[in-house]
Amino acid sequence: MTEGMRAKSGGMTEPAGATAPSSSLIPYPSSLGLRTQVLLWGAQRASAAVLALCVLVHLATIIYAVRGGLSAAEILARTSGSMAWAIFYGVFVAAVAVHAPIGLRNVVAETFGWRGRGLDVCVLLVGIVLALWGWRAVYAVVGSRIA
Amino acid sequence: MSATLKVRVWRGTESGSYQDFPVPRHESQTVLDVVTHIQRKLDPTLSYRYACRVGMCGSCAMTVNGKARWTCRTHVSVVADGDRVEIGPLRNLPVVKDLVADMAPFFDKWAAAKGRFKGTATRHDDFARVQPDSPKRKLVDESIECIGCGVCYSSCDVVTWKPDYLGPAALTRAWTLVNDVRDDAQRERLEAVAGDAGCHSCHTHMSCTERCPKALSPTAGIAGLKRAVLSAALKGEL
Amino acid sequence: MRNDFRARSHPAYWAFVVHRVSGVALTLFLPLHFWALAQSLQGEARLESFLRWTDHPLVKLSEIGLVLLLAAHMAGGMRLLAIEFLPWRDWHKTLLTAAAAVTVAFGLAFALNLT
Repeated sequence: MTEGMRAKSGGMTEPAGATAPSSSLIPYPSSLGLRTQVLLWGAQRASAAVLALCVLVHLATIIYAVRGGLSAAEILARTSGSMAWAIFYGVFVAAVAVHAPIGLRNVVAETFGWRGRGLDVCVLLVGIVLALWGWRAVYAVVGSRIA
Repeated sequence: MSATLKVRVWRGTESGSYQDFPVPRHESQTVLDVVTHIQRKLDPTLSYRYACRVGMCGSCAMTVNGKARWTCRTHVSVVADGDRVEIGPLRNLPVVKDLVADMAPFFDKWAAAKGRFKGTATRHDDFARVQPDSPKRKLVDESIECIGCGVCYSSCDVVTWKPDYLGPAALTRAWTLVNDVRDDAQRERLEAVAGDAGCHSCHTHMSCTERCPKALSPTAGIAGLKRAVLSAALKGEL
Repeated sequence: MRNDFRARSHPAYWAFVVHRVSGVALTLFLPLHFWALAQSLQGEARLESFLRWTDHPLVKLSEIGLVLLLAAHMAGGMRLLAIEFLPWRDWHKTLLTAAAAVTVAFGLAFALNLT
C-alpha cells in the first residue's frame, strides 16, 4: 500500500476521506482556545507527576501516624511550626487544585454533555475554592506558629 | 455443541430490533458465513457489507456478541456464546439498515484530522530516501497496516461521549503522517488533532488496542500525538 | 447505537472505571478533609474531639476505603503517565498488575496499622 491517503469507500458510501469534513462534524463548544485546551491537558499531567510524589509521602505519613491511634497533639507536634511540612502541604494543595478541576471538567462533559463557558468558569471556581480551602487547612496545622 | 446456531440479527435502522434465525453450524465457519447464509437462504432482504473476505478491505466489520469484529476472519467457534450469536451494526455510527453502518462520519474525521499526505516533491524530483530503520519510519510501521474497518471507532467510549472526538483510526492515520519526513502539513495536522475534540480527550481505555483486528495500538499513536502537540503548544507553535 | 458492558469488559477499561470513580470520590472528600484539619484553628481540643469521632468503627472502615481510593488513583495515574510519556512497549498487563498490587499493599499497610 502507498503512504498516500488510503481512506476507502465503505462499500455503500462515497469515499469521504479526501473531501472536506461534512456537516456531521459538530465543532467542539468550548470557551477555551485550542492552545489552552492542550495546556490544560499538560497541566493535568504535570500536576499528576507532582501529586504522585506527594501522595506517596502522604500515604507513608498516614500509615505512620495511625499507629497507636490518631491524636491532635501528635499531629500538631509533627506539623506546627515546620517550614518543611508547610511547603510540602502547600505544594500538595496547589497540585490538587490544578489537577481535580481539569478532571472534573472532563467527567462533567462526558457524563452530562455539559460543555462551554459555564462549565469552564465552574471548574475554575472549584479550583480556586479548593486551593483557598486547602491552604487554610495547611495554615491550621502548620502555619499558626510560623506566622 | 448443537448442530444449529441461534442467531440474532439486527433489523431496521436505529429504532429496529433483533430478529432470530436458525443457522446450520459448520466447522471453520466465520460470522460472515453466517450472515451470508441468512441472506442467501432465509431472508434476501437482509443488508450487510463485505468485499474481500480475507481481512484486507475493512468493509465487513460488525458488532458480534457485543464486541466489534471483522466478521470475515472471526470464527463462530471463537465468539459464540454456546450456540448463540448476536450480530448488529457497528456502534457509534448511524445505522443505514440492518448490519450496514454509515461510515461517512468515520471517514470525515480522517479528513478532519488531516489524514492526507501532503508532499512537496514534483515528478521532476528524485525519490525520497527514507531509511527503513530510522526511528520515525519505525513509528510509521507500527500504524501503517490500518485497513480502516472502523472496529476501533466503534469500540471507543470517548467517541460515544463526545461525538466530535476524532477517534482512534483518524488519530492513528495522523500519527503515521506526523512521522512521515516527506510530509509538509505538520503544523496544520498537529492543530487538527489537538485539544478537547482531538487526541487529548483519549482516556486510555485501550478498547481500540484491545479490539483492533490488525493488532495495532492506536493508544500508542494517540499518546505520541499528545506529546507532540503539547510540545508544539509549549513552544508557542500551535 | 451504543456499546454495552460486553465491549467494555477488559482490564484497561476496569482500570479507567477505578480511576474515574476514585478521582470523583477523592474530589468530593477533599473539602471534608480540609474542613476537619481546619478545626485546629479553634484549638487543639476541637481537633481532638473530631478525631475521637473518627474512632467509630464505621469511620475507620471508610478510612480504609479512602486509603484504597487514594492509592488506586495514585498507582493508576502513574500507570497512565507511563503509557503516555514513556516509549511504547508491551507491558500493559504488567503495569495494571503493579498498580493493583500497590493499591492493595497500601490498603493492607494502613488497615494493619489501625488500632
